[in-house]
Amino acid sequence: MIHMIDRRLNGKNKSAINRERFLRRFKGQIKEAVTKAVNGRSITDIERGEKVSIPVKDINEPGFAHAQGGVWERVFPGNDRYSRGDEIERPSGGDGAGGNGGAGNGGDGEDDFVFELSKEEFLEFFFDDLELPNLVKTQLKQSMVMKPVRAGFTSDGTPTNIHVLRSLRAALGRRIALSAGPLEELNTVQEQLDELLETQGERSKEVQTLQAIIRELKAKLVCIPYIDPFDLKYTNRIRVPRPTTQAVMFCVMDVSGSMDEAKKDIAKRFFILLYLFLVRAYEKIEVVFIRHHTQATEVNEHDFFHARDTGGTVVSSALKLTKKIIDERYPDADWNIYVAQASDGDNWDSDSPQCRQMLNAEIMPLLQYYAYVEITEGEPQNLWFEYEKVAEQHAHFTMRRIRNPSEIWPIFKELFKKVSARSGA
Amino acid sequence: MNTNTRQKKAKSKKLLSTGSEWSFELIDDYYREIARVAKQFGLDTYPNQLEVISAEQMMDAYASVGMPVMYNHWSYGKHFLSTQKSYQRGAMGLAYEIVINSSPCIAYLMEENTMTMQALVIAHAAFGHNSFFKGNYLFRSWTDASAIIDYLVFAKNYIAQCEQRYGDDKVEELLDSCHALMNYGVDRYKRPQKLSLSLERAKQSERETYQQSQINELWRTLPKRMQEEKSFEENRFPSEPQENLLYFIEKYAPLLEPWQREIVRIIRKIAQYFYPQRQTQVMNEGWATFWHYTLLNQLYDEGLVDDAFMLEFLHSHTNVVFQQPVTSKWFNGINPYALGFAMFRDLRRICEEPTAEDAAWFPDLVNTDWKKTLDFAMRNFKDESFILQYLSPKLIREFRLFAILDDDYLPKLKVAAIHDGDGYREIRHKLAGQYNLAGREPNIQVYEANTQGDRSLTLRHYQYQRRPLGNSVHEVLKHISRLWGFSVKLDSVDEKGRVLLSYECKLEKRGG
Repeated sequence: MIHMIDRRLNGKNKSAINRERFLRRFKGQIKEAVTKAVNGRSITDIERGEKVSIPVKDINEPGFAHAQGGVWERVFPGNDRYSRGDEIERPSGGDGAGGNGGAGNGGDGEDDFVFELSKEEFLEFFFDDLELPNLVKTQLKQSMVMKPVRAGFTSDGTPTNIHVLRSLRAALGRRIALSAGPLEELNTVQEQLDELLETQGERSKEVQTLQAIIRELKAKLVCIPYIDPFDLKYTNRIRVPRPTTQAVMFCVMDVSGSMDEAKKDIAKRFFILLYLFLVRAYEKIEVVFIRHHTQATEVNEHDFFHARDTGGTVVSSALKLTKKIIDERYPDADWNIYVAQASDGDNWDSDSPQCRQMLNAEIMPLLQYYAYVEITEGEPQNLWFEYEKVAEQHAHFTMRRIRNPSEIWPIFKELFKKVSARSGA
Repeated sequence: MNTNTRQKKAKSKKLLSTGSEWSFELIDDYYREIARVAKQFGLDTYPNQLEVISAEQMMDAYASVGMPVMYNHWSYGKHFLSTQKSYQRGAMGLAYEIVINSSPCIAYLMEENTMTMQALVIAHAAFGHNSFFKGNYLFRSWTDASAIIDYLVFAKNYIAQCEQRYGDDKVEELLDSCHALMNYGVDRYKRPQKLSLSLERAKQSERETYQQSQINELWRTLPKRMQEEKSFEENRFPSEPQENLLYFIEKYAPLLEPWQREIVRIIRKIAQYFYPQRQTQVMNEGWATFWHYTLLNQLYDEGLVDDAFMLEFLHSHTNVVFQQPVTSKWFNGINPYALGFAMFRDLRRICEEPTAEDAAWFPDLVNTDWKKTLDFAMRNFKDESFILQYLSPKLIREFRLFAILDDDYLPKLKVAAIHDGDGYREIRHKLAGQYNLAGREPNIQVYEANTQGDRSLTLRHYQYQRRPLGNSVHEVLKHISRLWGFSVKLDSVDEKGRVLLSYECKLEKRGG
């Protein structure tokens, strides 16, 4: 007997560690690609892998090699036109006969090296900037709670799951199918017998044979079981991921002239992170985008991040719109409402007290949470001071000033405590 | 081999199997029959170990240069990613087989293969390649089949230990630099020592201390007693140019730590293990292809396999040995399977059914026992000498080979020879030259290590046919100076020894 080993059950991820090393080595490039991808994606579409490409020249492993030039003598197969002494134009572009390594096709080496990042790896790179604690990273990456739901019927299962109606219906169908043949036969024989009985006596031989056939057929019919293990149908339950309820997330952003691309990028990360948290906790999430300068409008995601306006800032306009939308579409009895606001802190002086009043009186009681980030390097202005007063009164109001993405996280610390307490309850 | 005898025989024996499903019992049956036939033909092999693996595992094996054990490095991750990508896109099928030059010789059978393909792999790898590994002189003198797996285990563990002790990044840097010089870690002419795991372990620490003392001596900075002025030539170190760059670095680099020297040594040993494979591609694949063809045809002649088996086998066989003409847009060099297979078949033909031309070209081959002649060819040649010795005019005509001269002093390419009476020898000579490692890889040697002054290292590139170095030279020099610890200079010299061009990588600060 020859020495044969079945290795199929051995681990197949022998290369995982080398793959991880590769990712670690090109962290810079990959992170750049991830950042680019995040900017290009909708914030509700973060949990997906991504194709990443790295310039080939960056990942080449160098070695001594010849360049073109000097004298090369090469032998090629498939001569169909040349004879000794013929002269041929040099192929242009360095490709072909004069190139290296047997005239490779298109080997100019300028293509990018493209590969797929998995969803986990993608999030890992995304979180990298934000300096999340590891525990939180795992919580964010883990999939949702599983919940069993009905999914049709199967033909095997536990007795408790027997579906009586379906089982009996199957039994009936089977009985009809199996008895159809004998019944038909029985009917015809019975008719013949009836005819015979009229013409001949009961004792005639033919009558007796027919009666024997009828007995046999009846026995056959009796033998068809009323219910068979084959008929049993069971309710099928499969486990599907299922968070608990529904939430709406309002993204409110100042789009006045002073909000530049970098600030918007920070704001976007902030919104994404909030979204990722909510996705873990709620079955259904709707996102509402409100942008404002002196007036507020509800827009789609693309306009939210990409359109830019000039002019002053009236924050209360956005709050008013938020309130209006909540009243119209998201009754607080049915929805968990979250508001995330990003701004650079500018506001009309007289407007800020009004904002405070609105928040205190009308909006905060409806909300689960209000998170405000001020993306600025300057001194706090009146909006900040007014909001501080709101924060004193409402524990579910947080505010932070941030200058770079790594400062987003502290805001979520508190929120995260809340979310896990809720889902734990 | 006419059909009559085939049919007669077919009745006398039973088919091994029908259909394409394989099972362990069937593989065993096939293996036994193939082994029996191989023995009749006189193939001498290492014992075999067949391993059944899945496609994913095949990709893993692929990524780590086919070896079952390998140290970890990002470049293997890169290979894995690109293999995975093209496999998933369907752009590429996986290789049917990977075989490892070890004793026992390990051959992988992929579970997705049909029974026919498994039989093909067994014949090709477990008997073709295996006998080549055991017989060919390059493998005999450069590799040690019984020790390689153990050595790789040792290397993997040692490198993992170093990673723990000195950090992943330091080890990775070192490996990068060593990989850049991998092709320059071989003594081309000196026969290397055999590997042995126990010796390797025992000697390792001894070697560390001894080496360090030697280096300390070489690089002593204490002033020596006044000596007579020696001429530069006498004083030069090393006194002869050294072709084995990695060996030189391992032994003489001033600043490497003992563990770093050990890793340089490991890479050098692994490079040496792969050295014969790079020089015997045509022969090795040709030999294996010739034997799977011959062995499976023999099984068919004996009536052990059916027509369906043969059709499937021939389908993949012809795919493998197809040579694209240069005018095709798929052309990608000369297919080593095609050339090698054709040459061994041709060699057998010359022995069995020689023509007048063969008698003139190969007078001592005609009408000899083909098994002995092929065995001799397999044992004593590498690609270059094999082609030089055995490429026949008939094959040159069949392949329609022609030689092109590309001289950058001339405005146009020139057809130097075609498949005619005047051209045979020239083409044969040039094709052989194409497989000469010395022509393919730049010839770079250690010229001088400055032991008296700034400790810089000078390398020399001896130009061959005026061929210049590619741009990667700058990167490679950085790697060398990282290993060496001081500035590194590379002079390109022409045939007369004149320096044409100098590259330099200056290292200002001490330490790598």
